[in-house]
Amino acid sequence: MESDNMTRRNFLASTTGAAAVPIAADWLAGSPAHATETMPVQRGDNLANVTLRVNRQTYRLGLDGRTTLLDAVRDHIGLAGTKKGCDHGQCGACTVLIDGQRHLACMTFALMAEGREITTIEGLAGPDGKLHPMQQAFIDHDAFQCGYCTPGQILSAIACVHEGHAETDAQIREYMSGNLCRCAAYPNIVAAIRQAKNNMEGA
Amino acid sequence: MHPFAYHRAETGRQAVDLARSSVMTRAPQQASAQFIAGGTTMTDLMKLNVLQPEALVDINRMSGEPYDQVVETAEGLRFGALVRMAEAQDHPAVVRDYPVIAETLRLAASQQIRAMASLGGNVLQRTRCAYFRETSWPCNKRNPGSGCAAINGMNRQHAVLGTSEHCIATYPGDFAQALIALEASVETLGPKGARRFPFATLHRAPEASPELETRLEPGELIAFIDVPARPWARRSHYLKVRDRESYEFAVAAAAIVLDLDGEIVRQARIALGGVATVPWRASAAEDALVGQRLDEDRALAAAEAAFTDARSYGANDFKISLGKRTLMRALLETKRMEI
Repeated sequence: MESDNMTRRNFLASTTGAAAVPIAADWLAGSPAHATETMPVQRGDNLANVTLRVNRQTYRLGLDGRTTLLDAVRDHIGLAGTKKGCDHGQCGACTVLIDGQRHLACMTFALMAEGREITTIEGLAGPDGKLHPMQQAFIDHDAFQCGYCTPGQILSAIACVHEGHAETDAQIREYMSGNLCRCAAYPNIVAAIRQAKNNMEGA
Repeated sequence: MHPFAYHRAETGRQAVDLARSSVMTRAPQQASAQFIAGGTTMTDLMKLNVLQPEALVDINRMSGEPYDQVVETAEGLRFGALVRMAEAQDHPAVVRDYPVIAETLRLAASQQIRAMASLGGNVLQRTRCAYFRETSWPCNKRNPGSGCAAINGMNRQHAVLGTSEHCIATYPGDFAQALIALEASVETLGPKGARRFPFATLHRAPEASPELETRLEPGELIAFIDVPARPWARRSHYLKVRDRESYEFAVAAAAIVLDLDGEIVRQARIALGGVATVPWRASAAEDALVGQRLDEDRALAAAEAAFTDARSYGANDFKISLGKRTLMRALLETKRMEI
């Protein structure tokens, strides 16, 4: 998806028109806002100014207050790696890290995430493109089939290791129960987390 | 989802003032201004149009008091309402002195939800009754006077204790059962200032007004939950029976705190979950145990006492026998704990 080729998403965006044109310019221009923490301002167009820190970049957005963090990241910032499954906190596909804790982006209003450090699947690889040990482990162990739940699984798994809840297979299963996989790649997901745990601790 | 105004409170006082500035004439759960912390219930019910607040007061950044800390004092443990479930479940004092609290938290929801959900919000979690959550059905809790679709509907998940002809919705939480069994208290902030009352009086059985779920007044906010020091609470346990092994609500559950002298019960505290409309203190079961030797027969007698007044509605008939067996097993497991 990172190639120069037109992706399905770029194609859709170019044919439907960008929904947030005036604000999109902020991030397309790549101008980090360096905003200090500010209260959201209600604007005349019923949009609120929202400043989000995502993957070490600052984005200034004009959002309807009802916008979830999930929709803000996907549709307004353009990072579509985070997936929408149930949109009701039941499947875990939208899991991101907020200040290092795993959260459901579908159950967080974007306004509430101001001033927090948000990490999505796009923010895991190193500057040289080297994959995070958890990403590599999912590839090594074939820990997915269709891949739709995978970004959420990987973010959740990283937090699972950091929390110290990946000591046994049973504990991994229990603490990963908030991430559903309809392809049922569970045994391989457990194996991937076991491997990544060793590599993350060795790093 | 209906549009709403968003406010961010910096202090407890400001949270109450921001909520009060909106019209607050209805029951707190339906008031036009709502507090939001973890948001795991609020965003869900707003997306379903079950809740349509005109204003949300974000209390996550309240400071000035230890709202986000667990504080150990001579009187016991003081939980700030903004402590997250995931923090409390692994807190050393909780794990050491109150196993029943750690278990109720760890067995609830998923780790993502536990990382988000605050303790104050957790105890106010709304029922999972499908008729409450789907606005096309009658529901006295969501729309007072419209009727109850569950009583003659699909009620396998519904309550057998504390029901009324107006509502049989189950209280869905787990942590509250631990707080009932430990005789915790609640400290609130509201338009009339701070007040304190027993946790056991927070929730209201549905009776004729299922829309009134708690005794909180409009604009009143849970600030702290206090659990008294109780050395014998180290022998405490939560047994949760579910349709699947993880990430599921209770079908039946029991929170037990036992003070034993050998095999003789000095004192017992019992709360039931998954089977009642509110976090349910099983006083009759406690009375059946005190001064008695705890064996299988005595556990059965306690379980029978707990469900004497139970009433089932068809698909949930099984909950009476399952509830008794859950309580029996929980009692015997608690007795066998190595302290």
